[in-house]
Amino acid sequence: MKHLRGGGFALVPAVFVGVFFAYPIATLLARGLGIDASRLFDVVTGTRFLKTIWFTTWQAFASTMLTALVAMPLTWAVANRSFRGRRVARVLVTVPFVLPTIVVAGAFIAVMDSVGLEAGALRSRHTIWAILAAHVFFNIAVFVRTVGGFWTQLDRRPEEAARTLGASPLRTFREVTLPRLWPSIAAALTVVFLFCFTSFAIILRLGGLGRASIETEIFRYAISLNDISTAAALSMVQMVAVVALVGLNGWLQGRLKGRQGLVVDRGLPSTSARQRISLGVIVFGTAVLLAVPLVVLIERSFSHGDGYSFGNYAALTDRVRLLPISALRALGNSLTFAVAAAGIALLIGGLASLAIVHGSRGVSRLLDLGMLLPLGTSAVTLGFGVLIALDRGVLDLRGSWWIVPITQSLIAIPFVVRGVVPVLRAIDPKLRDAASTLGASPLVVRREIDLRIGSRALANGVGFAFAISLGEFGATSFVGRQPDTLTVPLAINRLLATPGDLLRGQAMALSVILMIVTTLVVLIGDRLHPSSGGML
Amino acid sequence: MSGLAIAGLTVRFGRTVAVDDVTLAVPTGEVLALVGASGCGKSTLLRAVAGLLVADSGTISWDDVSLDRIPTHQRDVGLMFQDHALFSHRSVEENIGFGLKMAGVESAQRRQRVNELLELVGLDGFGPRSVEGLSGGEAQRVALARALAPEPKMLLLDEPLASLDRARRVELNAELARLLRELNQTAIYVTHDQEEAFALADRIGVMDQGRLLRTGTPAEVWRDPRTELVARFVGHEVIIERAGKRFAVRSDAVTAAPVAPPADETTNQNQARDLNQAVGRNQSAEIVGTVVASTFQGDRHELTIYALEQSWRVFAVEPMAVGAMVELIIDETKLAQLHS
Amino acid sequence: MKKNTRIARILTAILALSLIAAACGGSDDTAELEIGSASTETTTANTDEPTAAPVQVSADEPDAPVIGFADEGCPTLTLATYDSFVVSEGLFKIFTDDTCIEVEQVAAGDAGQLVSSSILTKDNPTADVMFGIDNTFLQRGLDADLFLPYESALLASVDSVLQLDPEFRVTPMDYSDVCVNYWIDALPGAVPTTLDDLVDPVNEGQFVTENPETSSPGFAFLLATIAAYGEDGWEDYWRALVDNGLAVTPGWSEAYYGEFIAGGGDRSIVTSYASSPPAEVIFADPPVDSAPSGVLFDSCFRQVEFAGILAGTEFPSSSQQLIDFMLSAEFQEDIPLNMFVYPANGNAELPPEFVEYGVLADNPATLEPSEIEANRQDWIERWTEIVLG
Repeated sequence: MKHLRGGGFALVPAVFVGVFFAYPIATLLARGLGIDASRLFDVVTGTRFLKTIWFTTWQAFASTMLTALVAMPLTWAVANRSFRGRRVARVLVTVPFVLPTIVVAGAFIAVMDSVGLEAGALRSRHTIWAILAAHVFFNIAVFVRTVGGFWTQLDRRPEEAARTLGASPLRTFREVTLPRLWPSIAAALTVVFLFCFTSFAIILRLGGLGRASIETEIFRYAISLNDISTAAALSMVQMVAVVALVGLNGWLQGRLKGRQGLVVDRGLPSTSARQRISLGVIVFGTAVLLAVPLVVLIERSFSHGDGYSFGNYAALTDRVRLLPISALRALGNSLTFAVAAAGIALLIGGLASLAIVHGSRGVSRLLDLGMLLPLGTSAVTLGFGVLIALDRGVLDLRGSWWIVPITQSLIAIPFVVRGVVPVLRAIDPKLRDAASTLGASPLVVRREIDLRIGSRALANGVGFAFAISLGEFGATSFVGRQPDTLTVPLAINRLLATPGDLLRGQAMALSVILMIVTTLVVLIGDRLHPSSGGML
Repeated sequence: MSGLAIAGLTVRFGRTVAVDDVTLAVPTGEVLALVGASGCGKSTLLRAVAGLLVADSGTISWDDVSLDRIPTHQRDVGLMFQDHALFSHRSVEENIGFGLKMAGVESAQRRQRVNELLELVGLDGFGPRSVEGLSGGEAQRVALARALAPEPKMLLLDEPLASLDRARRVELNAELARLLRELNQTAIYVTHDQEEAFALADRIGVMDQGRLLRTGTPAEVWRDPRTELVARFVGHEVIIERAGKRFAVRSDAVTAAPVAPPADETTNQNQARDLNQAVGRNQSAEIVGTVVASTFQGDRHELTIYALEQSWRVFAVEPMAVGAMVELIIDETKLAQLHS
Repeated sequence: MKKNTRIARILTAILALSLIAAACGGSDDTAELEIGSASTETTTANTDEPTAAPVQVSADEPDAPVIGFADEGCPTLTLATYDSFVVSEGLFKIFTDDTCIEVEQVAAGDAGQLVSSSILTKDNPTADVMFGIDNTFLQRGLDADLFLPYESALLASVDSVLQLDPEFRVTPMDYSDVCVNYWIDALPGAVPTTLDDLVDPVNEGQFVTENPETSSPGFAFLLATIAAYGEDGWEDYWRALVDNGLAVTPGWSEAYYGEFIAGGGDRSIVTSYASSPPAEVIFADPPVDSAPSGVLFDSCFRQVEFAGILAGTEFPSSSQQLIDFMLSAEFQEDIPLNMFVYPANGNAELPPEFVEYGVLADNPATLEPSEIEANRQDWIERWTEIVLG
């Protein structure tokens, strides 16, 4: 029983990540590194690759900073102000996150076309700005929900004290709020950076030619050149980045920690016209930014024949010749996978969070790294690793139904962990002590205190996991699947690969449905979340 | 006038009226204790004075200058909470020096002032410590020092001792009282504890459901509560009727004298009942009750006596047995007439 | 502290074990190779007598004897395909009814991924039969010894031009051409008929193609130009294309739906498939009665897709039956409308839309698979230098 106080929680997540991630990756690397080490050395030190590393790193960095900047106003609004539509805002911001990148790229291109940014020298389609914009579009949700969720649970009184001590609102934010928020911000930035670092489709499609990231290079070596060994080795370079990042993050967080007063919800309604206006500007402004590509999408989904109708949507119930199953069934598949993936992420992520917060420093660091690594690993490596590693006996999951949600959950778990850990760390240890003295065994303490208080962040993370799974394309296409387990992103991809307006319209309609389903699920998830009851 | 003036202040949250047309003045150098049950609006009033919320109507002014347009960080008001709300990522020294830093005081001067304050609150040498490991009492002292450091015009204390244990509370209460007097600090001290209020306030304001019922010096309020609510609050637990008027019975108004026990129990009770009814009808001045509890307090005994269907608290030099019948003798001059 | 260091040690152990397992996991299962070689012997025997094995596939003759096929019971075969492999419902059921062999499909990405993952899992394959390796990747698969040879009797109905492997390690299944398409109404000048027309100034800024490194049709077009202009001339051709305002996209959909008229762009010439014009008719919205786009025959490059029996299979004989079924007219006739390619079996009937609107080049360009594989990287690098600078 005592073991469960701390590191004992680490066992299940460690085994999970060990079997489904570490083992496949290690197998692939072992196979890859045995061959032609000198060629590998040439590749890695060649100018092309060094330029690639440089580009990948700085575009990820720029994307992350830009995301933080753009997301901050809305994050502030959602955390600190209660207003009609607050819940909706928190949910809608998740929609871009779930869209398959091919669809978003298409929508962005359409937007840029219509605004006339295509003429001559202003070919913004293939500039770095398109990549940054698309990355921000996607990742805004991570920031708003993770940091916003944490912020909204921070009790206001230190800021009030600061105000009475003569700090202007801006200074209060800088001197008091920001340090308090830092653990959560650092967590969100890490995840966004990794996402952008391993971004594939966006860089491929919006970056134009001649722009390569480490991920696209891995793809190139693995598929076009059939050079698995180099691809595997390049994957190691990616992982080095992850390790470095986690180390940096750990160092940064170590300097600023401390329990915080936590409340259920710190949002207050606007009390003056000026407050209402500034709130309106922020919410509306961000909404417009996010909505434009989505509106384009929706418009396209309705254009049927010469006018607008529901034709494309109706067609989804029939089986298009090009797909092995009807789009509706694909939706069912996607939802089922998403539920499974979210469930796994909930269990593993929850346990891992507890272990990270309560375990010893060694366990904590190791587990944190282990959970984060899959996010920074190429889908190619992951998929191929599974193919060659999980191929015997009980572990032969290739082509099985479960391998899809398992691989999807590997990417989703970091979101859960990064959201929950800051909250758990902020709990006053006296609360746990009090519970113990009142007769609660360590397990019960976890349930009553940690689970209760962290439940909102947990629900948040699970919502993310669901959205990630719904829109996931890379890993799903790499692990072998039965054709009747086609998912919506794969179906959309297929529909867009053949000429014909009918098919394109259906692909758009399917994307819109994906958006709606995600919105509903996240909305329901938010409502079902139990409140942690009272000020803490 | 010099000092704080609140006129007709009303604060609403939705349909609830948290502060209802309150008019109050706190002259410079005075400590006003705002007392009342939880939820009566005292904290809200405090926050309005600090500028942390905007009132629906009424004005707040200092030295006759309205504070309405002035934001919190320019009001020069100090605030201390029940749970200190220290900046957890900073040291004790940084916490206390925060206000000075905001005012642009240089670090050398800051350090000096911080040390002064640490001495003042009895935490010498705590400067470089992190606030994480402080005990409750220590944290509250740091919070106090932090609030006092920039020498605010007005200090607002929101139940600062409520989270401490009894011994700490008594100790800190005394220190606070001393400090406030020494510094001649204008302050509003919010509490639900009547004893605390009496100990350090120059004047008391009693609030209930957003309204200010009574202001006055502790002695005034105690002697003449005027309403039942206030009477109960300041500790007058017994209300009796005399000649159609209602009176609060001060604890120093009653003495107990033993009554000779009758032959049997039932006669006893009947007698008591008859007598008490007679009292009710204003036909007898005798009030008879039964001792329910007796607590030894060193130089006297605190008796709890049940009479007239109320619980009376009476002090006696001689002990009395539980269950004994006593007569309660009331000093008419020490009754406080109630007006509502 | 003690219990937590214990946990840390357990975790490190797990990690270490994974690495060790990985190192050992690389060693092959020799047992399966034996089965493989046994069946090779059987099938080599078959190839000596090409007429010896009648094909039991059509439902019309359920009583015909099955000669030459070993009895493997009623196994379940796994068919590995790319994601866009689609057959009509019930088609494989016909096969199962005839032979009691069940067919399960596993899809693994696009054609390139399919080949790569098959090579990767060669020693412990996920499937018995693979459908989808094409001529540009063929040599890769052959070099990796992926397949068991099998000469199906139905190959008699397949044009010899499509039978690219003399050793019958793979069987042709379907073919199509990658050709330059043009949108008839949007052309600035006359209809282009030769590759040279693409560098004609009248068509400046009209042509968009795909990056051969990341796009299969893009690569096919590059091969077409190499076949047409030879090793010495193709680079100059591309330089001329670049001078004439060529646009390049990473993939087919960006080209077709991004830059080409069909998707709202402003270029009238694009590298696509010979099956694109029929598709434009079939999936038109609103419906049209003639194809809005046409094909530049001079630019076509033949793409052939093959199926093959994977060397590690436990059921070589059943796999052979599956190959035969997939080469049969019944199966082949299902292919065009589902996958938009032409059936390899000459006896299979084409759907009317394909007959009316479909076009195939009489003389498409081709290159030897071995040549493609040998020069692939070099050609792409040189192309990248010329076009992307």
